[in-house]
Amino acid sequence: MDILQILLTESFWAATLRIATPLIFGVLGALICEKAGVLNLGIEGIFVAGAMAGWMAVWFGFSLWTGLLVAIFVGGFFGLIHAILTVPLGLSQHVSGLGVTMLATSVSYFTYRTALPKVSSPPKIEPFQPFDVPFLSELPFIGPILSQQTAMTWLAILMVGLVWWIFNRTPLGLSIRAVGDNPDAVDAQGLSVYGIRIGSIIVGSSIMALGGAFLTMSAFDSFFFGMVNGRGWICIALVIFASWRPGKALLGAILFGAFDAFQVRLQTEVGAFLPSQVFLMAPYVLSIIALVIVARRAEYPRALLKPWFKGAR
Amino acid sequence: MIRIEPREMPSKWWTIGIPIISAFVAILLASIPLTLAGANIFEAYRQMANGIFGSTFAFTEMLTRATPLIFTGLAATIAFRAKLWNIGAEGQLYLGAMAAVAVGTGLIDAPAFILIPIILLAGALSGAIGMAAPTYLKTRFGADEVVTTLLLNFIVIIFLQMMLEGPLKDPMGMGWPQSEPIVDNGVLPQLLPRMRIHAGLIIALLTAGLVHLFLSKSIWGFKIRAVGENPSAALHAGINVKRTFMGAAVVSGAIAGLAGVSEVAGLRGYLTTDLSPGFGYTGIVVAMLAGLSPIGVVISAIFIASIFVGADTMSRAIGVSSYLADLVVALSLICVLIGGFIARYKFIRTNKGNV
Amino acid sequence: MMKNTRVLSLENISKRFGSVVANNSVNIDLYRGEVLALLGENGAGKTTLMNMLFGHYIPDSGSIDVLSYEGQMEPLTLGHPQASLDAGIGMVHQHFTLAENLSVLENILLGSEKIWAWRHNRSNARDKITKIMNRTGLYAPLDEEVGKLTVGERQRVEILKALYQEVKILVLDEPTAVLTPQEADTLFENITAMTKDGLSVIFISHKLREVLAFSNRIAVLRHGKKVGEIPTSEANERVIARMMVGEETIENPRKKMKIGSPVLQLNGVSSKGDSTRTSLNRTNLTIHKHEIVGVAGVSGNGQSVLAKLISGLAEPDSGELLIDGKNIKYFSPNEMQSLGVGRIPEDRHHDGVISAMSVAENLIIERLHDEDVNNKGFLQNKSIKKNAEELIEKYDIRGPGIDANTALLSGGNIQKLILARVFECMPNVILANQPTRGLDLGAANEVARRLLEARTRGAGILLISEDLDEILELSDRIMVIHDGSLTEAIDVSREAIGLMMAGEKA
Repeated sequence: MDILQILLTESFWAATLRIATPLIFGVLGALICEKAGVLNLGIEGIFVAGAMAGWMAVWFGFSLWTGLLVAIFVGGFFGLIHAILTVPLGLSQHVSGLGVTMLATSVSYFTYRTALPKVSSPPKIEPFQPFDVPFLSELPFIGPILSQQTAMTWLAILMVGLVWWIFNRTPLGLSIRAVGDNPDAVDAQGLSVYGIRIGSIIVGSSIMALGGAFLTMSAFDSFFFGMVNGRGWICIALVIFASWRPGKALLGAILFGAFDAFQVRLQTEVGAFLPSQVFLMAPYVLSIIALVIVARRAEYPRALLKPWFKGAR
Repeated sequence: MIRIEPREMPSKWWTIGIPIISAFVAILLASIPLTLAGANIFEAYRQMANGIFGSTFAFTEMLTRATPLIFTGLAATIAFRAKLWNIGAEGQLYLGAMAAVAVGTGLIDAPAFILIPIILLAGALSGAIGMAAPTYLKTRFGADEVVTTLLLNFIVIIFLQMMLEGPLKDPMGMGWPQSEPIVDNGVLPQLLPRMRIHAGLIIALLTAGLVHLFLSKSIWGFKIRAVGENPSAALHAGINVKRTFMGAAVVSGAIAGLAGVSEVAGLRGYLTTDLSPGFGYTGIVVAMLAGLSPIGVVISAIFIASIFVGADTMSRAIGVSSYLADLVVALSLICVLIGGFIARYKFIRTNKGNV
Repeated sequence: MMKNTRVLSLENISKRFGSVVANNSVNIDLYRGEVLALLGENGAGKTTLMNMLFGHYIPDSGSIDVLSYEGQMEPLTLGHPQASLDAGIGMVHQHFTLAENLSVLENILLGSEKIWAWRHNRSNARDKITKIMNRTGLYAPLDEEVGKLTVGERQRVEILKALYQEVKILVLDEPTAVLTPQEADTLFENITAMTKDGLSVIFISHKLREVLAFSNRIAVLRHGKKVGEIPTSEANERVIARMMVGEETIENPRKKMKIGSPVLQLNGVSSKGDSTRTSLNRTNLTIHKHEIVGVAGVSGNGQSVLAKLISGLAEPDSGELLIDGKNIKYFSPNEMQSLGVGRIPEDRHHDGVISAMSVAENLIIERLHDEDVNNKGFLQNKSIKKNAEELIEKYDIRGPGIDANTALLSGGNIQKLILARVFECMPNVILANQPTRGLDLGAANEVARRLLEARTRGAGILLISEDLDEILELSDRIMVIHDGSLTEAIDVSREAIGLMMAGEKA
């Protein structure tokens, strides 16, 4: 029962990255929406939709990368619904998000069940395989960890960098950051508040869908009901924890993944003393604790949750 | 180009008409997935109607299904009026059910008229705590209750599994994770012979009446409405915002807990992990469809229950997945949102530019 | 001023919102290099008109022509700020349009580059802005987060934003509302210098004095119509005041009164705000019966903390606060109300009323435990209704009725509702925080009258206002707040107070 020993095994860190990957996508996606001023509670449903749509595309014969594109498209579609309800119509972001989650989930379940009748074990596809990056896999300790990861994990990490760049080094990112603080500022400079917000929500939702797709196309190889299991909500908590910053988002996701991987291993060590459910609860409890710790000082985007209407001054 | 201006006073017709129209639109939209699934639309709708009105049993089944939805709808209504986003009704329901089972499976030996209120009270208390905790985290630490109540749902369900495999396990249950049955004195009485409809419905209706009374006529209800509409003005005016939130939270959670009690002590008789197919979440749609009106919740719950029961029958009859019901419910929520918008604003066509 | 080219022409501009006519067939011309003042009381339609020029609204009818870079008068595409910017029109809004989380440089850059560009070109921008700052004398720290700047600095950023976009026509909406008299002077000096380079300026104001001091021409709006236009050289205060209001203004004479015992005292009170500038530091203040004490100062110097303390929304970190000689230990809005403190909040929509609730409900919101409102926990609808009917009569609150949503009332009527709520309780202490902001003259007069009435009755009033004229008119004594310190003004001339507002010794 040596904590340090667990931390030093490669399999632990490999598992950490695997658990963290969908969270990275989810937190990035939610972060983009919230930076623009809109809370997207559709994330849980979009995860389901991405998981189902991407998987099903592969099941019907398309390539894995096409499957990802399908997931992106589906995520963007549900994001568009949320965007229309919350931006030009200015409806409650909470209710709209929950509605989108319910819609995306029920559409996904219905489609899956209709296309594939009930069987004893869920059908499988050939998922993403571990991806060997030529130079990096030679490195000691880090090498084996990285070479166990699939292309999607690399995509997630690259995406962190891309999002960071866009937010901090491009005019587009500047306008997104501005619109989440004071839409009037953006409007007065001749930019379209609606356009920036709607675009951000669609892009953010597409990225969220990749988080779901990772579950069925990389971590596992089939789709089953209830597989998302609250990961979307955990991402919403992690965004606050990450102070809406891509770099911290990556860190938060990895920390969370580490904790989750740790508790699985801990279970095998001390499993006799505590019922397994205590360990199962741990990720959720941890998220709540993380949220409480940062909540006081959290600097929410100032315009978050506030609808903005053109011409209402 | 269309310009949007707020209507001066949305008329009463709109306020009642919108949910009804939304409901119909949602049902109509369901024809799209039905067609895509290859079903005969008329047969599908016929079977749905059959499942609701086809027999007395069907009708009472629908009411039985509506009972927990009335509770969770009321729970959402109170919370949402205060703009307290209680998404944790599912967990609070199970907390209520666990309390009912803890107290009602033999711990206390008493006649029905004492035991039943005790069970109800235990369930309500348990549910109340389930919502009080996240609300406390909100008022004390500013932790967003949407996330905390959502995550708490998962925690409660895992806790439930733990309890059902541990302290609450039925030793005579042949190894299944289920609780002991509620003792006879604790069971909520049946309302009609050979039907599953039970007294939980009566309790639900009474609760709806009480909630309506308190929300619209009491000072407490006034405070909840004020805090929900503008917390800073309410604070400035001397209303204790934190206490109001806690009050709303406690009542909301308690009523959700009663949903659990009703299902366990009225319908099933014992507790398993699949007691609730998402009643807590569906309650949110019930509340929104009802425009956050307690009386409206009763009607809305009946509507939603009809969808589910009808879809079950349809599913068995023509083989279409019963997830269609969830789809219709989700569509109803979105339709009622859009409908509310249409009611509140009027559309004016303007020429781009000018004369 | 040289008789020269017309750069802007607004023709027959009309605009209505629902049943309210904001602008009625207004005609305005602007010539190169001139400063045109758009004068009118609050609600006259000045801001709406300029908002249409800048593309925030589309007029219902009328047209706008702008002198193009080629020298022709071309019609302006309406309804798009980008089109107005492209035509060389810039606007400094009354409520700044700045993103507080971004730096000054970033705020200026916003919207000025191609949105799909792969990276910023900050060094070019920096150079250009520095040149502008040097030329105009308007300085702002480029890399500082706007949220950390003072109000005066933020306004400079707003102006720099427009100048960066190379505007030829600059509109300033109530630019001096947030400045000390000296800062206002400096601002207009800068502006006049810029007009020599060909910049044409329209500034909106409701202050007669500054309009006379700083413009070449004055156009007066009243109830949405242009009622007069006059070269400043030919105008005087009485003439334009008459144009602005349409009749002789009513004066509220403030009779000298003998002050009574102290009703509110702050002894060495310190309370933290968002920054040291906005925190109160060992403040002393005494207000007596029959007295109005005015607190003058630029916003953001500690007024909010002071107001919060007296409203019961904050606690002092040290020092004591006494009401009627009694030391307050427990701070809450309820407590303050029960001690006879009436509060008129600064932001009436945010803190004063609940827009979605009815007029009747808002009138009793501070009295939820009174006998006539609360019977064993239930609302006494009959007496609430009666109360509302009486009060809307007594205080002339106009609107669709006592059961109408308060959101439907005009700003002036909402303020009357708040006054009704406050004054009916016969408070001993009144906190009046920016009580006439945004109100037309009639409504503002009403507020002033009631405050003086309360003073006559025996209340002690703390008047916090950015409007120095209002302070001078209504106060028996004047304190000036700067960087969280309250100092009494012995010399009550505008200049002296202006210097104190800026933190300098008179």
